Amino acid sequence: MANTKSLRMTLWTVVALCAAIFAYAYFAGGAKNLISSDFGAPFKLSATTGGEVDSASLKGAPYGLFFGFTHCPEVCPTTLNDMSVAMKELGEPAKNFHLFFITVDPDRDTQDVMRDYISNFDPRIVGLIPTDNELQKVAHDFHIYYKKVATSDGGYTMDHTATLFLFGADGKLKSTLGYDEDKTEQLAKLKKLLAG
Amino acid sequence: MSITTKTIAAIGLGFAMLMSTANAQDVKVGNITIHHPWIKQPIPGAVAAAYATIENTDKEDDTLLKVTVEGVAIAQIHDMKMQGDVMKMDELKDGLAIPAGKTVELKPKSFHIMLINATTSFKAGQEVKGTFTFAKAGAVDINFEVEAGKPEMGGMKMNGMKMN
Repeated sequence: MANTKSLRMTLWTVVALCAAIFAYAYFAGGAKNLISSDFGAPFKLSATTGGEVDSASLKGAPYGLFFGFTHCPEVCPTTLNDMSVAMKELGEPAKNFHLFFITVDPDRDTQDVMRDYISNFDPRIVGLIPTDNELQKVAHDFHIYYKKVATSDGGYTMDHTATLFLFGADGKLKSTLGYDEDKTEQLAKLKKLLAG
Repeated sequence: MSITTKTIAAIGLGFAMLMSTANAQDVKVGNITIHHPWIKQPIPGAVAAAYATIENTDKEDDTLLKVTVEGVAIAQIHDMKMQGDVMKMDELKDGLAIPAGKTVELKPKSFHIMLINATTSFKAGQEVKGTFTFAKAGAVDINFEVEAGKPEMGGMKMNGMKMN
């Protein structure tokens, strides 16, 4: 009897500990996401427009960040296409807005591949090509998940976070656009961002 | 209604049916019907994807095992889904299940056939030959029609076809 009781006590202690760890991880992680001003970190990456784009030089006009890859048949061209349309629709206020498309597949997305791809969209969309190390850092800083998934032909496709981040002229995160989000809502968020 | 009108109507209907098969429309093999096979016109240089709606009127499940598309080295059956904010792509190596009595839609943001290493650039209006092979119903020739347009609009509504 005593043994059963102590075992039960031990098990309950384990359960309580797990719950505490979970709660800590949940709230600590959640809180981090809520402080928008802390989101992201400075970056300096090779750009399709030639040279590098330094995030420090972006202050003064709102901009967007989106991570993807050119071998993507679905999310990436749709998002970039939708954004091209939206930017035209928004007219004058969007004049100085830029969207940066950062590849999560620098192995295949070389400077030339990215430049060709980006030329299909609005010129305010700029491709950024990180090195492997730079990608690891920038993905970590912006909470981006990316993973190569092998396909049967010996190639691969990529899973990746499809959220588009919107930063204000002060360089702070203002809002995000989700892939499944309603188009009218997305446009409203963009308008609000551009209005400052 | 006179017999002549009925005959003309019947002939007309016959022609309409003939036209629809010639027009990359419904294809039947066994108890499987393939509605509206289409390829979304990709932006130049990007990967294209093919879609269709597959209906299984059989009492048994079937599986879409293999797809071929002319001018494409590899056509893979993929599943795309959003898990939270993450876009996940999975190759369905064992094929796509088409359950008995069910209709499975291959469409943007969902199941699709990814066309890898295409030697042709797909332009809207173009017809592209291909095949679907099912585990039970067997193989069937398909005519994909290349359609432009935004994925949200989907070319789905274009044909005025009823999807069940």
